[in-house]
Amino acid sequence: MQLETVSIIEHRDYGAGYRLLRLAAPQIAPQVRPGQFVHVRIPRLEASVLRRPFSVFKAENGELTLLYKSVGHGTSVLAVAAPGEIVSLIGPLGNGFPLDLPADRTPVLVAGGYGMAALYLLARRLPQKGVVFAGGRSTQDVLCVEDFEALGWKVHIATQDGSRGVRGLVTGPFDAWLAEHRTNLAPEFFACGPNAMLQEIGARAIAGGWRAWLSVDRHMGCGVGACLTCVVKLQDTDGTWFWARSCKEGPVFEARQIRWNGEDDEA
Amino acid sequence: MTTPDISIKLAGIPMKNPVMVASGTFGYGPEYAPLVDLAKLGALVVKGISPEPWRGNPTPRTVEVASGLINAIGLQNPGAEGFLRDYLPFLRKFDVPVIVNIWGRTIEGYAAVAARLSQAEGIAALELNVSCPNIKEGSKSFGSNADMFKRVVAATRAVTKLPLIPKLAPDVFRIGEFARIAEAEGADALAITNSVPAMAIDIETRRPKLANVTGGLSGPAIRPIAVRLVWEAAKAVKIPIIGIGGIYSAADALEFFIAGASAVAVGTANFLEPTTALTVADGLRDYLARHKLGSIHELVGTLAC
Ligand SMILES: Cc1cc2nc3c(=O)[nH]c(=O)nc-3n(C[C@H](O)[C@H](O)[C@H](O)COP(=O)(O)OP(=O)(O)OC[C@H]3O[C@@H](n4cnc5c(N)ncnc54)[C@H](O)[C@@H]3O)c2cc1C
Ligand SMILES: Cc1cc2nc3c(=O)[nH]c(=O)nc-3n(C[C@H](O)[C@H](O)[C@H](O)COP(=O)(O)O)c2cc1C
Ligand code: FES
Repeated sequence: MQLETVSIIEHRDYGAGYRLLRLAAPQIAPQVRPGQFVHVRIPRLEASVLRRPFSVFKAENGELTLLYKSVGHGTSVLAVAAPGEIVSLIGPLGNGFPLDLPADRTPVLVAGGYGMAALYLLARRLPQKGVVFAGGRSTQDVLCVEDFEALGWKVHIATQDGSRGVRGLVTGPFDAWLAEHRTNLAPEFFACGPNAMLQEIGARAIAGGWRAWLSVDRHMGCGVGACLTCVVKLQDTDGTWFWARSCKEGPVFEARQIRWNGEDDEA
Repeated sequence: MTTPDISIKLAGIPMKNPVMVASGTFGYGPEYAPLVDLAKLGALVVKGISPEPWRGNPTPRTVEVASGLINAIGLQNPGAEGFLRDYLPFLRKFDVPVIVNIWGRTIEGYAAVAARLSQAEGIAALELNVSCPNIKEGSKSFGSNADMFKRVVAATRAVTKLPLIPKLAPDVFRIGEFARIAEAEGADALAITNSVPAMAIDIETRRPKLANVTGGLSGPAIRPIAVRLVWEAAKAVKIPIIGIGGIYSAADALEFFIAGASAVAVGTANFLEPTTALTVADGLRDYLARHKLGSIHELVGTLAC
């Protein structure tokens, strides 16, 4: 983990309402593992006291690429930053996904929203190929399909309005695939997206006796474990629970660890 | 000209510079150690420690607002034993004064945690966080009721020889009164101030943005409030004051010194720029040189009015 002042090399639309931000980050880029994130100080973001967390889409040749959507004040200001501008990063942060997958396992990736960007680096770094399930409201929300296909991964898409792939939730094609392959493959799940989706995938993994690595999305303050903003309830061995920091012990947790449905879980 | 001396001695504690990091914004040390040379801090004030471990509030716990942050972490911490076991050994490896912020839910709780920490090696001082409710006596905050404040300072003073630094709450009618009480009860210094009671509402759902409904506002938004409080308190007492509230730059810190603070602490700014305390210290040196002042003492309480 370190602080690095980097410059913007490329900043452009990437489709599905996302923008691609490519940064020269020779110190942080080589350290990044899939599922980790960087905490970005958005340049010229006045009256704002926090950095913004973003997953790493690509990390190679001393460069970091992020994919983000403008959803609020910070990301709207970021959207107008120009190549050559300087950005301060803290990273890489968080624990990331495990990469030591047994050779007989089939990685099954499930994504919603920016989850496709967060999971791409995993697909790239895993030794074996697998399948990806991407969900969104409409075709406008489905990101990076071609990037996964270029790696030789099969992408299954579901949109709620049916504008691309199967109509409905991503769990539709996911369940169909699972029913077909559960006897001949040993799946391991990796998911990043809305909490409801993570919960569904986690429940299936627990029921089937598989492992599911879920990347949770929590609001963050410091990003380094100091402020206790980003906490998630985890199951303790004795049946009680404890708080884990998603910026430090997470954002990736195994499905059995997370205690959902607490009276105070974020929507 | 020789470089100005910004080292200080506060409540008997020698510090390399008068810029500390504020409780709750710098964890217990290891969190920021990869990014900031801890030995270059004036002092490190750790997050509030209670006698027993405490889970704190449900989430969401913080919300960003214009020029500020509202937090309702709820004082989550590993308790005195957890701190002594898991964090103090790490902190002792660095040449930096460690100030432990403490709190209790009762006066006995304050005394218990103060007594326990006083037995440990490697703690430079105790900072009393009084911005929390007394569960025994009607949930009134220890920091906004003069009688309860007096009792909590006296009870901790009685059990520790460590320098004692009550941290005054901002939501009091007359801060000078609280400052005088602390001084009379044997406090060695004052920290001014804590976050300011605040709330934010999601207008679409009409729900509070924090699970706890209300929280404490910190950051640039509270700086003018904190400067005024320091100025008022400095007129009331002789013990040194640590100015806290929205410090992001040397210029911000200088307002506090001129108002009467002998040291400052950087809080919320750490989240945006973890090295803020170090750049503030450098900026103070430059300012002293530019104004031909030999030491920071020459600046303290020099407001012309
Ligand atoms: C580990 C992690 C990885 C992420 N990776 C990506 C990514 O690769 N691409 C991408 O587009 N987005 C990603 N996000 C979400 C991204 O951080 C938010 O979209 C962004 O912070 C919104 O900032 P804003 O100022 O535009 O929004 P505002 O709503 O104006 O922000 C207000 C506050 O809420 C926080 N906030 C708002 N939405 C989110 C959110 N979904 N998650 C966390 N904090 C939020 C902001 O950081 C800010 O503190 C990630 C979030 C996390 C926690
Ligand atoms: C996330 C967070 C946690 C805090 N926790 C504590 C605490 O445990 N004890 C305490 O006395 N003050 C705590 N504070 C208050 C700060 O120490 C400081 O007094 C306040 O934030 C004002 O300074 P600032 O504007 O520079 O942040 C906390 C502040 C924040 C933002
Ligand atoms: S964001 Fe501060 S502890 Fe995780």
